[in-house]
Amino acid sequence: MSIALEDVYKPSDDVVAREIEGEIIIVPLVAGIGDMEDELFTLNDTGKAIWDQLDGRRSLAGVVAAIETEFEGSEDGAIERDVLGLVAELVQRRMLVAA
Amino acid sequence: MASSDEMSYVTRRKVGEQPLWRHGKPLLGRIDVELTERCDNDCVHCCICLPEHDEGAERREMSTSEVQAVLTEAAALGALSVRFTGGEPLIREDFEELYLFARRLGLKVMLFTNARGVTPQLADLLARVPPLELVEVSVYGMSEETYEAATRRRGSYEEFRRGVALLLDRGVRFVVKGALLPGLAGEVAEFEEWAATLPAMTKPPGYSMFFDLRGRRDSELRNRAICGVRLSPTHGVAFLTRDRERYLKGMREFCTRFMRPPGDVLFSCGAGHGACIDAYGDVQPCLPMRAPETVVSLRERPDGLRYALTEAFPRLRETKATNPEYLRRCAVCFLKGLCEQCPAKSWAESGTLDTPVEYLCEVAHEQARDLGLLEPGESAWQIEDWKARVERI
Repeated sequence: MSIALEDVYKPSDDVVAREIEGEIIIVPLVAGIGDMEDELFTLNDTGKAIWDQLDGRRSLAGVVAAIETEFEGSEDGAIERDVLGLVAELVQRRMLVAA
Repeated sequence: MASSDEMSYVTRRKVGEQPLWRHGKPLLGRIDVELTERCDNDCVHCCICLPEHDEGAERREMSTSEVQAVLTEAAALGALSVRFTGGEPLIREDFEELYLFARRLGLKVMLFTNARGVTPQLADLLARVPPLELVEVSVYGMSEETYEAATRRRGSYEEFRRGVALLLDRGVRFVVKGALLPGLAGEVAEFEEWAATLPAMTKPPGYSMFFDLRGRRDSELRNRAICGVRLSPTHGVAFLTRDRERYLKGMREFCTRFMRPPGDVLFSCGAGHGACIDAYGDVQPCLPMRAPETVVSLRERPDGLRYALTEAFPRLRETKATNPEYLRRCAVCFLKGLCEQCPAKSWAESGTLDTPVEYLCEVAHEQARDLGLLEPGESAWQIEDWKARVERI
């Protein structure tokens, strides 16, 4: 599946995302995402910054722009790569869906 | 912002094995919620159960919305999981509603049950929305005769078997644990052989055997019945050590870490570091602790969970023993790691937090003699060079 900058994504109803002590914890809700006991998913700092912007209204281009404003001075193209990379991974894991 | 193209953005973490928190732990890790004290069984050894149709108990129980408020507050305090226990939690008509509510809050759910109330609908739900924790099923016998001798309910064995079959059929992962009553004690080999066939059983089942007296101190008659099915210390230790090599291997590590006199601080256990909500909305420092002076009522103070965790329980954990007999024996006894003596059990037995529980003392001494920590006739609290004794094993 190709991810384009004009696409809009939102967290899937198949997971519950919680912010606890500064960490984003993604808890599977339905079968097939992470059914084994004691297994949860966390995002790294880059992932967390991007996740916070994925509200189901903003396009990925808008997400990139928002994060570029927040993190001035990032390497050219790095934020776009991160946004597309994270979204691809979360879509593949069924944690994110097209809005 | 650093690029993360060299690694995954998402990490699967096994709670308890991999660090989850980089900036500090939440106030609450897990909450125990006792949904009811009522049970569809009437087990002779049970320290909790009330009759299934006890209307007075049912009326006093937390309502659906009260339980939901507890779960919401627990999640807000950072809890990752809830343990639903009882009594038998599945006899509540709103169980499925509460289960889904907890899961939608992002809580993992641990369920303690006898499995009699597992319906096709519930098994389907647990398969579709997995609890993310192992269901724990209590087993009282491997035949109708032995099972129902313990549960004292006709038809309970067939319902237990049907419930377990439904869980298996739907792929719901569960473990079993045994209550070592006279019936199951004669069927241990059969029980363990069956348990080994269950997909989630990665090790032999655990057993309850040194049964607690009634936590509410509500029935002298039932207490006498419990004492009647308690294993003698000799039989209990013989059972614990039946796989001697494995037992000794575990005990060597355990004794090195946990054997020492506890001193006069009463709560040297984990009580009060988490929270347990009883069926009527009292926050307890641990599941068995019912002493009124140790609990906080959520019905009297809606902020009771946070208050318990930040004020009442830290204060409680500083409580010191004053009973001279406790100070003479338990406070200086190096068998603390072996002995199940604790304020909750003391309260159930005697109504105080710091009275030695003779049965548990005898069990610990029997175990210590078996391990070579004590000679016949010695009392552990009289041993001054206890470190040398621990080194023996």
